[in-house]
Amino acid sequence: MRRRLGLSILAAVLVAAPVGAQTKAKAENVPVIPHTSVPNFFKLPPDLYFGEGIGIATNSKGHVFVYHRSGDTRLFEFDQNGNYVREIGQGAYGIEFAHQVRVDAQDNIWVVDEGTNMVIKFNPEGRVMMVLGRRPEPVAGAFDSTLPPAPTEKYRFGRPTDITWDAQGNIFVSDGYVNSRVVKYDKNGRFIKSVGGARGSEPSQMNTPHSITSDAQGNIYVGDRGNARVQVFDNDLTLRAIYDNVGNPWAICISPGPHQYLFVSNSNPDANPAASWAITGEIYKMELDGTIIGKFGKAGKGLGEFSTVHEIDCRNPNELFVSEISAWRAQKILLTPQKPQTSSAAR
Amino acid sequence: MRHALRILLVGAAVAAGGALLSAQLTIPEIQFDSAPEPLKLPDNIYMGEAAGVATNSKGDVFVYTRTGNPTITIGTARAVSHGGSRLFQFDRSGKFVREIGQGAYGLLQAQQVRVDRQDNVWIVDQMSTQVIKFDPNGRIQMILSRKPEAMRVPALPLTPLATGLPIVQTVDPPAGRGAPPPAAPAGGPLPGAGVDGESFQRPTDVAWDAACNIYVADGYGNARIAKYEPSGKYIKSWGSRGRGPGQFNIVHGIALDAQGNVYAADEGNRRVQVFDGDGTFKKQFLNVGTPTAICMTPGPRQSLYIAHTGDPDGMEDAAIYKVDLDGKLLGKFGRAGKLPKEFGIVNSIDCRNENELLVGELGNWRVQKLTLKPQAR
Repeated sequence: MRRRLGLSILAAVLVAAPVGAQTKAKAENVPVIPHTSVPNFFKLPPDLYFGEGIGIATNSKGHVFVYHRSGDTRLFEFDQNGNYVREIGQGAYGIEFAHQVRVDAQDNIWVVDEGTNMVIKFNPEGRVMMVLGRRPEPVAGAFDSTLPPAPTEKYRFGRPTDITWDAQGNIFVSDGYVNSRVVKYDKNGRFIKSVGGARGSEPSQMNTPHSITSDAQGNIYVGDRGNARVQVFDNDLTLRAIYDNVGNPWAICISPGPHQYLFVSNSNPDANPAASWAITGEIYKMELDGTIIGKFGKAGKGLGEFSTVHEIDCRNPNELFVSEISAWRAQKILLTPQKPQTSSAAR
Repeated sequence: MRHALRILLVGAAVAAGGALLSAQLTIPEIQFDSAPEPLKLPDNIYMGEAAGVATNSKGDVFVYTRTGNPTITIGTARAVSHGGSRLFQFDRSGKFVREIGQGAYGLLQAQQVRVDRQDNVWIVDQMSTQVIKFDPNGRIQMILSRKPEAMRVPALPLTPLATGLPIVQTVDPPAGRGAPPPAAPAGGPLPGAGVDGESFQRPTDVAWDAACNIYVADGYGNARIAKYEPSGKYIKSWGSRGRGPGQFNIVHGIALDAQGNVYAADEGNRRVQVFDGDGTFKKQFLNVGTPTAICMTPGPRQSLYIAHTGDPDGMEDAAIYKVDLDGKLLGKFGRAGKLPKEFGIVNSIDCRNENELLVGELGNWRVQKLTLKPQAR
C-alpha cells in the first residue's frame, strides 16, 4: 500500500496529462451530416457562469446536467427547455475538478471527478447514494505527479475519466490519466475485474482511456484517446474490435433504442494550436460495427462549431448535447435525421 | 476463517507472556438492522467522510465530517489552510439542527467527535493537530495544541512506520507496517514520544476519566497518549513508536472504563492495549483485528465495541467486535462493503445506548444507525 495521491486542492491536477498529439482521422470521403446549433439554449441566472464544459448528460425527462469547471467545479441541472433548475452537490466532498457526468437507466446522476479520484452517485433527488474510490486525505499532502504511477489498486483511481453501465447495473470506470485501465464493479461497488493497467499501445492496453460507453448487449467501448482508437470489449473485458480511423476520441456516446449509433468526437486539442483546426474538431456518427455513417462540425468558436468537445449526450441521436472545454459552454445540436442503414457508407 | 485461525495461533504464542486472550473457536454473530436514512440533511448540505459521530445525553447526534474542499491559500508566500470539515448537529429523530464551528480556525480534517459527561462536544482534527472543546451551546471553551501556521506542500513524510495511511495492512506476526521500529537514538527521546505538552501530531481521539482528566490519543505523527487536568494543564504522556507493551503504531482511538482504565486502539499493531490512568501497561487484546474505532458502553456492566478494518478500502475485511473488559469476545457483526449493514472504513462508534449504535464510515460517506439484537449473556 502506497499513498500515491495527495492534496488535490492545489494545482497538481492541472499538470498536463500526456496527451498524444491530436491526429487527423484516417477515414476519408466521409459524408457530411448537416447540423445546426440551438442558440442560447441554456439560460443561466445572471450570477452563475459556465466554466469549462466538461460533462453533459440528460435524464429520461429531458433534464440536462452539466458538470463544469467554474470558479469551483459545479454540477448544474436544467429542464428540457434549458431553464436553470438547481445546483447539485454544492460543497460535497469529492467535487473538486470535473471530468464527466452520466445518467444511468434509473436516472441516477453519476459524476467522475479527477481532482479527488472519486465517482459519486447521486439519486434523482440529488442525494449521495454511493461513492467509488477515495479522496486522498489532505493531511498527507500533494503527490509528485512526475513520479511514475504506483501499481493499480482495486478500489482507488488515478484521475478517473468516465463511467458506464450494462443492463445488469455493473459499473465500468475508465481510469484514467494516471492508471491506464478499465475497471468493472458490480452494482454494489464490488470489484470484479479490470483490463489494461500499464500504459501502452498494444491491443487492450490504453493510453489515456478518456471516455467509455456501452451498447445494449453490454459491450464496452473505450475512447483510447492517446492511441487514437476506440477499443471495443465484451462484457468480460475481452477485446473484440478496434476502430482506429476516427482520430483521437475525446468523447464517445452510444444512443439507445433498437438501432444504436456510436458518436465519436475527434476533438480539437484544448490548447488550440493553430494547425489543429484544419484537421480536428469533427464528430463522427457510426454504426456499432465501426461503419462510418457521416460526420459533422469542425473546430472553431462559433455557434455550431466545436471548441474541444469533452462529452456528448446522445439519448436522442438527432438532438445531441455537447459540452466544450475551451469555449466554456454547452450546445444543443440538431442533426438532420439519416436514413437507416445506408449501404454505401464509408469505412 | 484464516483470520480466526491466526487469532488462535497468536493467542497460543502470547498466552505465556501474560497477554489476555480468549481463544474462542466461534464468535457469536450478533443479529442487527440498519435504519434507512437515520440523519436527514438539508438539500444543500452533504455528508462527506463521516470521521466522527457522537450523541449527548439528550440523544442529539453530532457528526464531524470531511466535506467540502480543503483549501490552501497563499499568504506571505506560505500556504495557509482553510476548511474541509464541518460539525453538524441533529436531534434524536435525525433532523438537522445546526452547524457548529462554521469557519472556525481549526476545522480542517475531521478525525473524531466525542461528547463528555457535561454534554460538551469535543472534536479532534488531524490536520490542524488540535482538540477543540465546544460547550453545549456550541461556543469554544478550550483548545489543545496549536494549528500550524502554514502547511508544507507536499507534506513531509512521517516516520517510516507511520506512512499516513489510515488503514494498515499488516503481515504476520501482527506487527504493524512491516518495517522494524526505528531504534531509539542514544540519549534522545524515544521515537514518537512527542514533546512534553500539547503539541500534537495528527491526533486521533479524546476521552475523559471520572475526574474529568483529559486523555488524547496522539496519533499518526506521534505515538503516545497525553493526559491533562480538566483545566487543560498538561500532566504527562506515555508511549513511543514500536511493538512492545506501551508502544504504539498509530494509536487510533481511546476509551476509558468507569475505573479510569485506558483502552487504546493500537491500529498498526493490531491490538487494544489497556493501561491504568497513569499509563501503566496492564494487558492487551490481540483478538480484535485491526482496530480503527473503539467505544465503551456506559452502565454497571461495561463492554467495548471495536471496529475492525482489515483492508485499506473497507471492501474485503471488516466487522465490529463486542468484547468484555477482559478481552473476551462477546460477538461480532457486519462485513465489508457499501450496502446497508456493511462497513466501509468505520472511524467512529457511539454506544451510549448499548444496543443502538451510531457508526461513522469514511469510505461510504455516511452514518449508520444500528439496532443490535444480542442474545442474553
